[in-house]
Amino acid sequence: MTIHLGILFTQRIHKNNEEEVMTADTKNRAIHSLRFIRGDELQIPTYKVLKQDGTPYKGAKLPDLDKHTALRIYKAMVRTRVLDERMLAAQRQGRLSFYMQSTGEEATTVGFAAALDDEDMIMAQYREQGALVYRGFTLEEFMNQLFSNERDYGKGRQMPIHYGSSKLHYMTISSPLATQIPQATGYAYGQKLAGDGKCTVTVFGEGAASEGDFHAALNMASVLKVPVIFLCRNNGYAISTPSNEQFAADGIAPRALGYGMHTIRVDGNDILAVYAATVEARRIAVEENEPVLIEAMSYRLAAHSSSDDPSGYRSKKEEENWASKDPLSRMKQWLLLQEWWSEDEDKQLYDIDRRDVLATLKECEKHPIPKLEEMITDVYDVPPPLLKEQLEQLKEHIRKYPEAYPKTAGRLDNE
Amino acid sequence: MSKMNLLQAVNNALDIAMADNPKVICFGEDVGGFGGVFRATSNLQEKYGRDRCFNTPLVEQGIIGFANGLASQGSVPVAEIQFADYIFPAFDQIVNEAAKFRYRSGDLFNVGGLTIRTPYGGGIAGGHYHSQSPEAYFAQTPGLKVVVPRNPHQAKGLLLAAIRDPNPVIFFEPKRIYRASVGEVPDEDYQLPLGSAEVVKEGSDITLLAWGAQMEYLEMADQLAEKDGISCELIDLRTIVPWDIDTVVASVKKTGRLLITHEAPYTGGFGGEISAAIQERCFLHLESPIARVAGMDTPYPLALEKEYIADHLKIYEAIKQSVNF
Repeated sequence: MTIHLGILFTQRIHKNNEEEVMTADTKNRAIHSLRFIRGDELQIPTYKVLKQDGTPYKGAKLPDLDKHTALRIYKAMVRTRVLDERMLAAQRQGRLSFYMQSTGEEATTVGFAAALDDEDMIMAQYREQGALVYRGFTLEEFMNQLFSNERDYGKGRQMPIHYGSSKLHYMTISSPLATQIPQATGYAYGQKLAGDGKCTVTVFGEGAASEGDFHAALNMASVLKVPVIFLCRNNGYAISTPSNEQFAADGIAPRALGYGMHTIRVDGNDILAVYAATVEARRIAVEENEPVLIEAMSYRLAAHSSSDDPSGYRSKKEEENWASKDPLSRMKQWLLLQEWWSEDEDKQLYDIDRRDVLATLKECEKHPIPKLEEMITDVYDVPPPLLKEQLEQLKEHIRKYPEAYPKTAGRLDNE
Repeated sequence: MSKMNLLQAVNNALDIAMADNPKVICFGEDVGGFGGVFRATSNLQEKYGRDRCFNTPLVEQGIIGFANGLASQGSVPVAEIQFADYIFPAFDQIVNEAAKFRYRSGDLFNVGGLTIRTPYGGGIAGGHYHSQSPEAYFAQTPGLKVVVPRNPHQAKGLLLAAIRDPNPVIFFEPKRIYRASVGEVPDEDYQLPLGSAEVVKEGSDITLLAWGAQMEYLEMADQLAEKDGISCELIDLRTIVPWDIDTVVASVKKTGRLLITHEAPYTGGFGGEISAAIQERCFLHLESPIARVAGMDTPYPLALEKEYIADHLKIYEAIKQSVNF
């Protein structure tokens, strides 16, 4: 059974106007017999459009998605999948220190980005490379960051996968969980004051939603009425902790109601559901200056990171069950039925992406790391005197023991 | 020139900053219509509207998280944390986010527009949750600037500089002297330099160093010492990070002695850092051990506050000990 999208965004509850102060026992809401509202009274349904065979559910209204955008989405999903496969392999070969795959969640991470204006701000967690691929982050840009080479925008300062791009409106990733969520509320407040018709989307996992920053962000966004979309990727696990040990409630979506915020739960493996929900969420955010929460239900098919082994905390059977709901194959089936895509083109796309990823990897892993002088830039707008003094001391030391610091010893700037 | 107390000087600086730049936005708990619990933001909402001066929910981590995002968007947030004692829920957003925003992105993004204002310090019968001086916690975090003014003139000039500085700044306001400290303040827009200490009074026998409200005790102790014929050089550090090491070194090389005083506990206080750096650079010039007069290593007391404070008499005694070493 499917439910029309419109009614899945919960009706906004009555809100007093700004001049009135809300009190807990207004006359018209008083009751005189004891009754608790049960914690499990509200169950939020899941919005689905496409079945796994690529056909729509009966009665489901498909979003208006043209061929060009549909193929841009699918190609971004495939490239993300290929990038993840190859880079994990590179990590296993010892060419890369660390990697995080997004396998199984591409419909969510590409789908939401496709529903936005390309100049909307994205403040992601760390597993949303699909959104960057969709916006046009090049393989070379990915590799420069992954290998911490001197072309990395982040100047080799963060572990692999901490991408960022100002020109693509994608905030540089930060390891501490959930910190980007209240920041998104603030960023969107600035967008509202600027009146540029843009919004911010922040993405996080169901585990990160336990952090205080999540609750602070949602409450402030509702109170201050800002154009922000909170997108939770509920992929079942926070490293090894399953979601049923993360929260007792019906997932993350109902939490929005406590803040008086619109909310929806979608099938995160259903590209059309994610796309349609985000298009409508964006409309609400930008036109009504109201925040929206979207909970996308998916599964982290890969390990948490290259340092993790999921066999210790979940079963093969569970993984196989979710593998059968692969979002790429679901979208491909739909594209084939639209006659916008063929098996030949599909095979060719994978071949070309694999070849390009490997070629770019080989090229970028050769570039040297940033020069020593970059150690002290960007701490402040200009390095303070004491910091310059520390750099000079370090250079003097390296000149004394060049063989111990081979990556920088031959490349020190002259005074 | 107008006679102002320190709160009025802060309010005046905010007013000027908001009039000068429409991107300046002030917010925090009770900051809006009420004008803040100390009234530092009085009349700003009236003058600049609810969009630019407003109350936030009671959530320090949210206030600074929000402020970081707003600053990264290009706005100039001035966030108030009602008491420095309550800054700790926002510690992660300050230390891991604000301080590293520019560095970690290779300058693709920054929160240079951010200023965090917060009243600090004791002497107001506030007990351990309305009296702390937490500047040293932030002093070990590269990427932040930490500023403390000593009087109304300094407060206005330093706050305007902090708001316009292209780096995140924590601005600690000495609440004990919010109303007690009154002085002539220029009416016009002016800035005082960050990262620069000020020699408040020249002398030849010993250098006395402090910041914020502690400067008042330093001046009282100096008057006592002067009667004994001791010539003190007084320095207001003004910026804790990045601190003006050169001015302190030059002074100590001249006087041969150094006394540092701060309200915060002795152990791990910023006085320890200054002491270590100065002995590295002035070892052969020192006539006596560097003295530190600080709070005791306890939570800030209530009934015994007067005994706890690093007051002028304790500083005076330490001056005599140093000079007679």
